[in-house]
Amino acid sequence: MTNELRGHTAIAGIGETDYSRASGRTELMLSLQAIQAALDDAGLKPSDVDGLMKWSVDTSLEADVAANLGIKELSFFGEINQAGNVGAALVGHAAAAIRAGIAEVVVIFRGVNGRSGRRYGRGDVTGRQGRGASQFTEPFGVLVPQHGLAMMTRRRMYETGVTSRQFGATAVTIRQHANRNPRATFYETPLTIEDHQNSRFVVEPLHLFDCCLETDGGGALVLTSAERARTLKKPPAYIRAATQTGYVRDREYTDVSAKVTGPRLFKMAGMQPSDVDVVQIYDHFCPFVIFALEDYGFVERGEGGKFVEAGEISWDGGSLPVNTSGGHLSEAYLQGMNQLIEGVRQVRGESTSQVEDVGVSFVDTGVGTGAVLLTREP
Amino acid sequence: MVQETRPKGTLPLPVPDEDTQAFWDYCRERELRAQRCISCGRLRYPPRPTCPQCASTDVEWQLLSGRGKVYTYAISHQAIHPALEGRVPFTTLVVELDEGLRMTSNLVEDSAPIEIGTAVEVSFERVNEEITLPRFKVAT
Repeated sequence: MTNELRGHTAIAGIGETDYSRASGRTELMLSLQAIQAALDDAGLKPSDVDGLMKWSVDTSLEADVAANLGIKELSFFGEINQAGNVGAALVGHAAAAIRAGIAEVVVIFRGVNGRSGRRYGRGDVTGRQGRGASQFTEPFGVLVPQHGLAMMTRRRMYETGVTSRQFGATAVTIRQHANRNPRATFYETPLTIEDHQNSRFVVEPLHLFDCCLETDGGGALVLTSAERARTLKKPPAYIRAATQTGYVRDREYTDVSAKVTGPRLFKMAGMQPSDVDVVQIYDHFCPFVIFALEDYGFVERGEGGKFVEAGEISWDGGSLPVNTSGGHLSEAYLQGMNQLIEGVRQVRGESTSQVEDVGVSFVDTGVGTGAVLLTREP
Repeated sequence: MVQETRPKGTLPLPVPDEDTQAFWDYCRERELRAQRCISCGRLRYPPRPTCPQCASTDVEWQLLSGRGKVYTYAISHQAIHPALEGRVPFTTLVVELDEGLRMTSNLVEDSAPIEIGTAVEVSFERVNEEITLPRFKVAT
């Protein structure tokens, strides 16, 4: 497999709205505002855009977005199905289209009233009412992502010895990053390990503070060719590699798909996990930050909890800072979009918890369902 | 063992389709059966139209012991989903059946507590004329 992506395309613009519990706006408006912000950031106009891509679970249709932006002709569009976990896949598809000359400027957008409207944590988005494969889970009370993932967490605790306190250390570290980020939902709210351990069980073994936020907000990315990106306002975040994993047949129950996505991504990029300077992970639930670090190959299986407890994922002195904007746990839950935005910021040097001299920025958007490597140099 | 359904938050009922109807028909007869691929011999669960290993559609429905061990479990303490109203704490589990299959289900409410490795057995709950659910309880 040759990789024609390597640095030929880039993320040239990033944009987001405020994050809240009640936006008072439609999801369409949130998307439009985020897109406009991303275009302003890149120094482009809506008339420059010829492609739009979205999460299939996003309610704003590309034609409505195009009409409201003033796009003349939309010649490339698409969406990727699963749930929240397709952000990196969208980046890969858009980059491939640009590389193939099918599109020139592609906007990837997300706009959700995830707290005041349809709530992921309540199964509003992912519930299938006992149809299809869900007939073997939902009637038994496995109704929301937490239910299945709590069972996987317990088994992995049993197999590797990772502890709830180590999940708590993850929550505390990521909260400290949010405390440095004025855009974060929990900017002004500290969290201690005792707060985590004393918080109620939502689905045991998951405590309340193991679970991510639900957020109203929007985010957008502008992608274009490396050549064009170099002429725009901001330094390009070059797309070194992007990949996605939709199904793994021979997966062990406690493995996350990072186990196959990681080696594939690093092979595509011609890099190793040790080349990465900063990491963003889809932290819907604390344990999965640790599982992702292990299965992507950043640390050995069973070592992730100790790695976190030793402060290694902290911006403040850690060897591999993780979720430097506060992630889904403490910044906002935009289903991977805020991780992608932060991954770009780190390449540009714009993060509120900026890691020094970032050459390679890693973004996971689904604990292995997709990942992107962004670089400062093409 | 029969356990009657209770008037609480309504859990979604399975919607059988042409690929799965046989499984639910057997459950109605209080038989836990899984598909065995006639082509490659592998047992599989949940029911699906083709074998994930060899893509054959030929199956026989093997009667299972209904006995196994708790592979993992979780306890809902909060009714995050409306269907769990009045039902928490609610224990969902994955059972590793003696035949090696893993099956997602839940613990019947009057069961003794479980941990990983606890021996469990199937306990059918008749919900209505069409649907009987295979749930689990600590083995006697």
